[in-house]
Amino acid sequence: MNSYDIVIIGGGPAGLAAAVSARDAGVERILILERDSELGGILNQCIHNGFGLHTFQEELTGPEYAARFIDQVEERKIPYLLNTMVLDVNHDRVITAMNKTDGLFQISAKAIILAMGCRERPRGALNIPGTRPAGIYSAGTAQRLVNMEGFLPGRKVVILGSGDIGLIMARRMTLEGAQVQVVAELMPYSGGLKRNIVQCLDDFGIPLKLSHTVVDIRGRERVEGITLAQVDENRRPIPGTEEDYACDTLLLSCGLIPENELSRAAGVDLSPVTSGAVVDESLETSVPGVFACGNVLHVHDLVDFVSQEAAAAGRSAAKYVQGQLETDETPIPVAAKGGVRYTVPARVHPHRMEEQQVVRFRVGAVYQNAYISVYFDDERVSRRKRQIMAPGEMEQVTLKREDLLSRPGLKSITVTIEEA
Amino acid sequence: MYDVVIIGAGVSGAAVAREVSRYTANVLVLERCEDVCCGTSKANSAIVHAGYDAHTGSLMARLNVRGSQMMEELSKELDFPYRRNGSMVLCMAEEDRPHLQTLLERGVANGVEGLRIIEREEILRREPNVSPDVVAALDVPTGAIVCPFGLNIAMAENAAVNGVTFQFDTTVTGFTAGEEGWTVHTDKGDVTARCVVNAAGVYADRLHNMVSAKKLHITPRRGDYYLLDKAAGEVAHATLFQLPGKFGKGVLVSPTVHGNTIVGPTAIDIEDKDSTATTREGLDQVAQKAAISVPGIPLRQTITSFAGLRAHEDGGEFIIGEVSDAPGFFDCAGIESPGLSSSPAIGEMVAGLLKEKLGLSPRPDFVAKRKGIVNPQTLSFEERQALIRENPAYGRVICRCETVTEGEIVDAITRPLGARSLDGVKRRTRAGMGRCQGGFCGPRVMEIIARETGMDLSEITKCGGHSRMVVGKTKEGAKA
Repeated sequence: MNSYDIVIIGGGPAGLAAAVSARDAGVERILILERDSELGGILNQCIHNGFGLHTFQEELTGPEYAARFIDQVEERKIPYLLNTMVLDVNHDRVITAMNKTDGLFQISAKAIILAMGCRERPRGALNIPGTRPAGIYSAGTAQRLVNMEGFLPGRKVVILGSGDIGLIMARRMTLEGAQVQVVAELMPYSGGLKRNIVQCLDDFGIPLKLSHTVVDIRGRERVEGITLAQVDENRRPIPGTEEDYACDTLLLSCGLIPENELSRAAGVDLSPVTSGAVVDESLETSVPGVFACGNVLHVHDLVDFVSQEAAAAGRSAAKYVQGQLETDETPIPVAAKGGVRYTVPARVHPHRMEEQQVVRFRVGAVYQNAYISVYFDDERVSRRKRQIMAPGEMEQVTLKREDLLSRPGLKSITVTIEEA
Repeated sequence: MYDVVIIGAGVSGAAVAREVSRYTANVLVLERCEDVCCGTSKANSAIVHAGYDAHTGSLMARLNVRGSQMMEELSKELDFPYRRNGSMVLCMAEEDRPHLQTLLERGVANGVEGLRIIEREEILRREPNVSPDVVAALDVPTGAIVCPFGLNIAMAENAAVNGVTFQFDTTVTGFTAGEEGWTVHTDKGDVTARCVVNAAGVYADRLHNMVSAKKLHITPRRGDYYLLDKAAGEVAHATLFQLPGKFGKGVLVSPTVHGNTIVGPTAIDIEDKDSTATTREGLDQVAQKAAISVPGIPLRQTITSFAGLRAHEDGGEFIIGEVSDAPGFFDCAGIESPGLSSSPAIGEMVAGLLKEKLGLSPRPDFVAKRKGIVNPQTLSFEERQALIRENPAYGRVICRCETVTEGEIVDAITRPLGARSLDGVKRRTRAGMGRCQGGFCGPRVMEIIARETGMDLSEITKCGGHSRMVVGKTKEGAKA
């Protein structure tokens, strides 16, 4: 069995950034396993621009952003296997994988970085009644068909869900000559970035109907129409608000789910809120030597943050391999309260922290002129005003290592939203 | 002239085709859809009922018990997934106990083996997710589960290998009786046959009524279902029925042979013979009823919901045999639940009638065994390595959720009666049947179908007809 210091599962933005930083931290034997036929992950089908504003201070397309990291991987001669599917990861960090050339094989790793990304919630999981014809696509599948295969999934489109891919596809389908009639969103707010609503819907005159959902799908072979209805505060359709739309396509952008089947098999504890691993400041999961980053950990809004987080995971995995991550320190839990849905990390070992620790989170509702507060036990240690916070955008606070070290006996850290 | 024309390539038609292919006969199967297993046979509970339910002495009871007895052997012969997981009929109230006793007695009279009534403690020990309100249950050790697509496709494929011709996308429009037999009119032209077998599912009454003065009436009885993610675990080990009411068998909670949980069905009588649309009310009803047997049923982990139609004849009995005022025209009508369970016995019975009618003799080169598509997940590590060495396509995973490889998909397309659509590939290999429902593998399966069949990608359909997956190339834009 071949053995490596670090095996990275997934060659998308998270896996690439993790590999680069692990190599730069001095780890030699690194392997990236990628299931697709090229590195870069979902960025390869994201041909619109707007990537990399934070990382490179310029607006890149998805493939361009990926290329920056692929180049770094190539420069460092970090090996990778393409078209390689990981079938199993076990608690002892033995990985079973498969491809056409090497067949079925096992490798062992001192450390594993989980970077498998996420998948889209399908129609079935949304439990929309009606028929089951052709023409119902998740937005990302449609994006692949349009941008990579060069095919148009349909001409008259309704989009359910205002996640970022749905918004991007509203514009993309319009540019390809399709008629996007409406984007409906179940929640009273959009799940996507504000800038995407402006640039992809407003600029093209596509209406966004908040608190609306699809209550029926018609058409036996191909979609012929759908019915939208308004929903009440419990997200139940309000009788009498039904509106029929004739369309041949329904695109779904109703949430992304971290793809953690391998993590679960390896015994990694998962958060019911994020569906991703529960990690500490080093992005180490409940299984020693197994790290997670990117959208498999929690769904991000911007790829720049994925890259930052993955670089941190790469550094941590390197330390683990180099024996510098051992600790008998009891971690301090980071609690999410009052509108904060979760935090990553969910616990910190102060002695293992880097000088500054970014804690990322999402809020559960729209807040205006509210404060993000941090408490050490019962004492508020910071309070920052935000004009607007929305579930579609990630928020963050920064913890300083010295602040934590100066408080021995600290039991808990709490991140919470406080309204003015 | 054909000896036999079978109308319908669902589980009944395929069973008759397979059984009649034991004899030297020239057989044609006509199917309205683009593939086998496109109607009732593809959307049902996937259960092999033991046979305690149908009235003693009925054809339904006899064929159900016989079919259930044949199924395991057949699953080995034709290589499709089958598992005898047992079933339980749950009684939730003391005052209903007499009904349980009635079922037990009927089952014994029908010839079902191993039946007994078990008490609360044993039920909860064996099925910890069952409601603590359960009082007693009929324990049915011969109850089983099957892959309905696997069964249907296996029988059809085996029939094809034994010389039966299948013609798809062909709708029968009428019949003319002749001296030697029947002229069958279709939208693709006429065919003649000495005998006709009407296995047209919910449409069997229409075909029957074209040739007979003794009219049949079939009501499509819709059943809505939920299918849960494998990650939800085995919610029930046995198939958990509720004590039957006036409309069918109530709502069941059962494992599938593939490790999912299936929950359903409703029993809603409708007019439209094609309407398999689910409704909010139907799905809510399933959820509500299922919670009576399994209160914590994790319906949040639903990966798809669907509906199927049972072909309910007014008499509630299978109608199988030569139509008295239409010699040479054989009905296989009213095949509702337990039709899937009975199908091997239906095939046997109808083939027997045809043999007698036509004086058929055994085919000397009949191939009884069929090898299914290899499922690499059932192989050992070494066997799987060897398989990939021999054919590297088994090393490329196309469907991530169900771990289906390119090798399996190519086999599904290139074998006899091969798949031509995404749903055809899905029913044969499970690609697209997992938790992402084809979101990832869909475009890749389309590419493989296009490559293997020479079709253009824009011609690939979800399920034949007008169900094209794409409407054109991007550069064509709003034109065309």
